[in-house]
Parts: sequence; structure tokens; C-alpha cells
Amino acid sequence: MKNVLKKWTSLSKNSRDGFINYGIVIVFFVIFQSLLSTKSLSNSLSGQLVPICVYVVVALALNLVVGISGELSLGQAGFMGVGAFTGVIVSTCLQSSISNGPIRLIFAIIFGAMIAGIAGLLIGIPVLRLRGDYLAIVTLAFGEIIKNILNCLYVGVDSHGLHFGMVDIPSLGMEADGITIINGPMGAVGITKISTFLAGIILVILTLVIIQNLINSRTGRAIMAIRDNRIAAEACGINVTKYKLIAFVTSAAIAGAAGALYGLNFSTIVPKKFDFNTSILILVFVVLGGIGNIRGTLIAATVLYILPELLREFADYRMLIYAIVLILVMLVTNNEKAKQLINRVLVKLKLRKAKEGE
Amino acid sequence: MLTNLINGISLGSVYAIIALGYTMVYGIAKMLNFAHGDVIMIGGYAAFCTATYWNWPPAFAVLFAIVVCTALGIIIEKLAYKPLREATSLAVLITAIGVSYFLQNSALLIWSSNPKSFPNMISIPSITVGSAQISGTAIVTILANIVIMIALTIFTSKTKVGKAMRAVSEDKGAAQLMGINVNQTISLTFAIGSGLAAIAGVLLCSAYPTLMPTTGAMPGIKAFTAAVFGGIGSIPGAMIGGVLLGIIEIFGKAYISTQLSDAIVFAVLIIVLIVKPTGLLGKPVREKV
Repeated sequence: MKNVLKKWTSLSKNSRDGFINYGIVIVFFVIFQSLLSTKSLSNSLSGQLVPICVYVVVALALNLVVGISGELSLGQAGFMGVGAFTGVIVSTCLQSSISNGPIRLIFAIIFGAMIAGIAGLLIGIPVLRLRGDYLAIVTLAFGEIIKNILNCLYVGVDSHGLHFGMVDIPSLGMEADGITIINGPMGAVGITKISTFLAGIILVILTLVIIQNLINSRTGRAIMAIRDNRIAAEACGINVTKYKLIAFVTSAAIAGAAGALYGLNFSTIVPKKFDFNTSILILVFVVLGGIGNIRGTLIAATVLYILPELLREFADYRMLIYAIVLILVMLVTNNEKAKQLINRVLVKLKLRKAKEGE
Repeated sequence: MLTNLINGISLGSVYAIIALGYTMVYGIAKMLNFAHGDVIMIGGYAAFCTATYWNWPPAFAVLFAIVVCTALGIIIEKLAYKPLREATSLAVLITAIGVSYFLQNSALLIWSSNPKSFPNMISIPSITVGSAQISGTAIVTILANIVIMIALTIFTSKTKVGKAMRAVSEDKGAAQLMGINVNQTISLTFAIGSGLAAIAGVLLCSAYPTLMPTTGAMPGIKAFTAAVFGGIGSIPGAMIGGVLLGIIEIFGKAYISTQLSDAIVFAVLIIVLIVKPTGLLGKPVREKV
């Protein structure tokens, strides 16, 4: 025990923070898994467990772009969509050859991440030349383009392999026993659900490992140097485009992996799900969690995803309350006067405690 | 061909009027006001209510919508944005998104999610030019756009308040030292932008007569794209960007693919920004070390 404690204190603050984050995720998993197995969780909440993991992962990925790399991206949901549809296609194609669900899920997630990463690379090269608000609007535009293309994508599979088309299902020219995988605006239907809560938690931990190690590496420091002062970083010989691209592509690939998990959690999934509003939702998680703060993102994504669920008793008013909470939190945390007020209250409380201590 | 061109200019004019609101607010407050699209929707509902429930004549309905939106713009600015003048742009952006959610969900509670069919407010007969037929709505929209454009140009270049607005957008600190009330000027910009949004709302709903709480969202995003397209912060830029965007959208729909028209619009935006990173009429920003 003493040895463990000694080792703990000898670790750097960064790695200690990292381990605490893993701990939080594992505790969360243990609590909810035990609630799940004793069936004391409401139906709607237990259905939210995988989406929570998915949104946590996507928010962590976006945090890499917005917080660590300092670029505002409004198209994160697009990458999620690419991952989701890739995952569904891969899973359906492998259904006959691999009957084991978890293994198929792993393949789906890997392919989802790969294709989304490639999309991120293709988008990142032109986009990262722009700065600030212009970059934001272009990522928004790309997100919409991805959604639009997914919206008129038709994919089917038969004994000859995959068929792609942009018109409709009959024009794919499939054999009679071909399976329709993606049906344009109707999305993917008849998906076999293979995502599990455990898979979600493993993905969250894997994402934490990747992002925390990236941040604490030479590459991560270069990315943060560019965020803090691009010109100074450039003068020190840091290749700005390369490092920005690393952050952007990693983020896209992780979002794709999460998307694959998301897609395989429902029996149907529509392209409309991955629109601008979802991107904004993810951005809200990141900003309210504290930009660049990994633990904050972790907590904010979980709490904010469940919040509308908890507000269910307010029925129609819940999104209104959500909006008001959002505005108030932003006002309180960003206004100088509000900050001073909070500080004053905190100081008073501390004084009172000190007095009671005497 | 001609019909498509006129339709494109007409749709583009609506975008241009919305984009003016975005661009003016951005120019002065350096913030992306994502709630602007929802102010349009509120304007549409205000006109709808007065015209169908209270049977007001169209002109008064439009006037009422303008008053409602202007007041709304000022209230939003005072309550949500003014406390954040010194905050980071991302914080303001998220607040704007919060306001947007708030407006959409309030509309959902008041008017429910059922689409309302917007009454025909513009009773001008359509004109036939050659083979093309131009609807009354299109004529009014294009005329409104031209009038607003001229009025705004005169306002910002000739009047004292307009000059103050330009001064604030160039350098807030210096403008304050010259005795300009910066806060009041910003509020005024919001008021004008929101008033324009009301007009845009009525014109948009006249052209596409279904009104829902999410009506403003997509035109809002497209108009924002238009503002960036023309160079955000520039008034003539918003105009050109809006009209071009409308024409591209209608032509994309007519000649390439109906479903992909949005993708085409955004693809053109991306190409323009890659070639000219600050938009068509935007001034390049010099970075000093």
C-alpha cells in the first residue's frame, strides 16, 4: 500500500490526472453495469448508455480540435455519420462470414475510423489553410455536404459484392437475393444491433489513452504551441499544417469509430441524425466542460446527455429549460461581474469556516 | 432559363437580407449570431398571427413583425450578449446557440410543431416576360432587396449614427475615445439586423408558405454562408454573396440534382474560400507580430 502511494506521488501531475480519468470511467461503468444487472435502471435510461459513451468519445475527439488545437470545428457530426454508415455496411457484409457479434463490431469500428479518418484528411488539407471563423464555416459546410451526400447514397450487397448508387435501389442492378443496406434518405434499415455498453466503455478508455498520450507527447506540445501562438511556433520550425492536420485527422477518425458504435446500436439510422444540430450539441459538451479540459468534457457530455432525460417530467418544457440552463451557465462563467460575485461568496465561506475552526 | 434566373435572384434576395443582419452584427460585435435564423422564424409567426387571427391588412402585419423582431433583437442583446462583451468568442457563440434553442422551443410551445400555412400577403399579379413568368412575390422580394441595400448604404455612409457604426466596427477603443457610445451603437445594430430579419421572414414565408419552429434554421445557415461568401463584415459583400448563393442553389436544383443542391452551394463556398480566404469582398487581415 505504501509502495503504491509512493509511486502515485512520484508520477507527474499529467499522468496522475490521466489515471483519475480512467478511474472515473471505470467507476461509472461498474455503477451502471450493476444497476443494469439488478434491473433498477429505467428503460429509457438503460437505452441511453451506449449513446452516452458515443457522445463522450465524439466530444473528447472534438476537444482535441477545439481545445488542444484551438480551431473551431462545426462539422464533427459529419465524421460521425461517415463512421456510422461505414460501420453498418461492414457489419452487414461480414454477417455471413463472421457470426460473432463483438468481432464484427471491432471490424466495423476499425473501418469506420479509417474511412472517417480519410474523409478528415481530404477535408483537412484545404480547410486548415483558413483561420478562425472562416475555418468554422467551412467545417460547417463540409458537415452539411457529408450529410447531403449520405442522404442520397444507396448501397446494397449481393454475391457480386457491394453496389453503390446515387439514384435509387433498383438502379443498383443487384441480384434478386441482394440486401439493401442504405436506402437514401431512409437511411440504413434492419441493422443487427451488436453494440454493447461494455464496448462503449472500452472505446471511451481507448480514446482517453490515445488523446492523453497524444497531448503529453512531443506532437501534442507542438499542437498546443501552434494554438498559443502560431507565428512563434512557426518561427521555432514547427510545421503548422502537419500538426494541425494530425489533430484534425485523429479527431475525425475517433469520431468515426464512435459513429460506427452508434450506428450499430439502433435498428435504423437516418442521415438526418448527423446534421448541424448534432455538431452543435457536441460543441456545447466541449465548451461547457471547459475547453481543452478532458475530465470536464467527460463529465459535461455525460451530464448534458442525460439532462433532457432527467427533465422528462417537465415534458414540453425540457428543451426550453435546457436552453435557459445553457445561457445562464455561459453568462455566469464568462461574465466578469458574476465571476467576482462568486469569488466573493467563496472567500466569505472560507472565512466563516476558518472562524468556526478557531 | 430566365425563370430560373429570376427565381434564383428572388431567393438570393431573401438570403441577402438575412445575411445583412449577420454581417452587420459580425462587423461590429465580432460575434456569430446563430440565433438570427430564429428571429426570422419569429418574424414569420408574428406576421402570420396578425394576418390570420386578427385579420390585419398585410402592410400592418409586416410592420408589426418588424416591431416585434426589433424589440426581440434588443432584448436578446441586452440580456444574453451584452454581459459577454469581454468574453471569448466561443462563449458568445454558445450563448447564441442557447438563445437559438430558446427561441425555437418557445415557438414550439406557443404554436406547436404543426406546420402553419402562411397567408398570401403579396397580392401583385405575376408578369410574363418573353417565355418566363415572374411571380408577384419575386418582384416584391427583389425590389425590397434593392431598397434595403440603397437605404443601408446611405445610412452607413451619410448619417451620424451610421458613421458611428462603421467607426465602432473598425476600432472599438478609438471610437469610444471619440465620444461614440459603443454599447448603444451595438444595440442599434442588433435592432436593425433583427428588423431586417422580420422583413426576410415575411418574404421567405411568402415564397415558401409553410411555417414551422425550424423554418429559420436552414435559411439562417445558408444566409450566414452567403455573408461569409461575400466577405463577412462587408454590406455589399452580403448582398452579392446572398444573390449568388440563391442563383447557384436554384440552378443546381434545376440542372444538376434536387437532393444535392445544398451540397453544391456549400462546395462552391469552400472553393471560393480556398481561393480567396476572406470571401469575395473581404479585406485581408494583416497579422502583426
